[in-house]
Amino acid sequence: MHSQTVAQLVQGLRQRKFSATELARDLLGRIERAQGTLNAFISIESEAALAAAAEADRQLALGGAPPLTGVPIAHKDIFCAAGTRTTCGSKMLANFVSPYDATVVSRLRAAGVVVLGKTNMDEFAMGSSNETSHFGPVRNPWDPSRVPGGSSGGSAAAVAARLVPAATATDTGGSIRQPAALCGVSGIKPTYGRVSRYGIVAFASSLDQAGVIARTAEDAALLLGAMAGFDERDSTSVEREVPNYHAALERPLRGLRVGVLKECFDQGLDPGVAACVHAALDVLRAQGAQVRDMSLPNLPLSVPTYYVVAPAECSSNLARFDGVRYGHRCQQPRDLRDLYERSRAEGFGAEVKRRIMTGTYVLSAGYYDAYYLKAQRVRQLITDDFARAFGAVDVLIGPTTPTAAFELGAKTSDPVTMYLNDIYTIGANLAGLPAMSIPCGFVDALPVGLQLIGAHFAEERLLNVAHRYQLATDWHQRAPESYR
Amino acid sequence: MYDFALIFPKNSSVTSMSLSRRDIDNIAQLARLALSESEIPAYIDSLSRIIALVGELDHVDTSAVAPMSHPLPGLVQRQRPDVVSEEDRHELYQRNAPQAMAGLYLVPRVLE
Repeated sequence: MHSQTVAQLVQGLRQRKFSATELARDLLGRIERAQGTLNAFISIESEAALAAAAEADRQLALGGAPPLTGVPIAHKDIFCAAGTRTTCGSKMLANFVSPYDATVVSRLRAAGVVVLGKTNMDEFAMGSSNETSHFGPVRNPWDPSRVPGGSSGGSAAAVAARLVPAATATDTGGSIRQPAALCGVSGIKPTYGRVSRYGIVAFASSLDQAGVIARTAEDAALLLGAMAGFDERDSTSVEREVPNYHAALERPLRGLRVGVLKECFDQGLDPGVAACVHAALDVLRAQGAQVRDMSLPNLPLSVPTYYVVAPAECSSNLARFDGVRYGHRCQQPRDLRDLYERSRAEGFGAEVKRRIMTGTYVLSAGYYDAYYLKAQRVRQLITDDFARAFGAVDVLIGPTTPTAAFELGAKTSDPVTMYLNDIYTIGANLAGLPAMSIPCGFVDALPVGLQLIGAHFAEERLLNVAHRYQLATDWHQRAPESYR
Repeated sequence: MYDFALIFPKNSSVTSMSLSRRDIDNIAQLARLALSESEIPAYIDSLSRIIALVGELDHVDTSAVAPMSHPLPGLVQRQRPDVVSEEDRHELYQRNAPQAMAGLYLVPRVLE
């Protein structure tokens, strides 16, 4: 059962080949067995999962059950789910019990999913290796000495290791696509405003967007369809109909205009990764796509732009953690200021503190214009580059990451080196564009990701291209040896 | 134009625009973070590197560009009527409070 996709599980459950309870038990067993090695989960919710699975079985027996009834998934531990712990990978929220559901959580529940647990992540989604989690690093199922990527490292590792067929995730600068690439799975970050941010612990509100990690584009389409849509509780949610992503998957690629992101083939790119991407372009050409080079001259400015905008928003969002209303509180505060300063110093890890301080600095008096306003101007230049490109092509394609998964500890000493992992993914966040990563080969037995970026609200087209690619290739079907 | 070598430090040495001990103390104070003595040298080093990285933006001519205000072009933030839309659930919310009593959050004495 564990090797089946969401689409296959939906069929199997309806044809009563297995019950939702059998399926949940099987995967909970796999999760427990893998936990010691991978540490992909922060909370395993066996009891609640089995109760939900039993309810799913009742509904399936009655008929007329919602589309994803009985399908087991996991949520990244950044999504609030009423009555359960939501830690965001931080000591600050280690004991926080969500008083309400995130919109993503309630929508997926309404669609029938069974939640098996909450996945591990970089603290407050700040990291590219899952090494900043208060609950310990996640390890890559393809090689446990390597990182799974981040910040949604737990979701990506869990899907790659066949612990769940799909998991929710969030992406502020690459946190869905980069771990999907490093773990050999498929991930989609939708257009900003496509999926509600209500109930997602905030990091950088103009960049944060929720999405899905699954093994196939088809599964991503099924899950995204259930998650997306207008929500009055998120003021940046867009009032726009959600297309039937699944129905558009099969569309032929003849005439598809593909732009190859020239700036991503720079000196930092591993030649093995570049070769995989070029081979993937050949697959698309063989299906009738027209491939041409596209230059986005301002794209290399994404990293410095992001490391002003994201920390600025982070320092503002994380100001709410004051040791008073919820979250960690220090012992025996001398006065109010001491309460704030020590609660925050003890509750946040080193990377989160670093980003709060960076943000505080760039927003402080005398520096605001030079850093923050400047970055928002450059952000506009980058966005304009994308707009121009989408006048000429339907999809932009390049590598998701410069290299395959690196070893734990390899990049922890210098934050700038770590930040450069997201060099190809950040642009889509700055411009609010939908983007995907899908498996496109291996370098030294480690998976490589192909990134597809679309115009605003072009999720349908991205999923379609990814699906057609997956019909012609089998990279997405490869599983790590220990988890087949 | 843009110096790619800075983006890939393995090919160059990032020249840090050094922040001082005083800068870090000041930032930490503004951010309400009590840093320990032992943490400070590492933050001086890493924040200096980050500021050097973002300092690259200085070289870009943005004189003709307005700062971006929303990731979706032409979209403005939705507004809603100023009416109460949530019920009072302070008891539920206060279950997460480190210290609460009689519906109030407890903090150290502010006024003597």
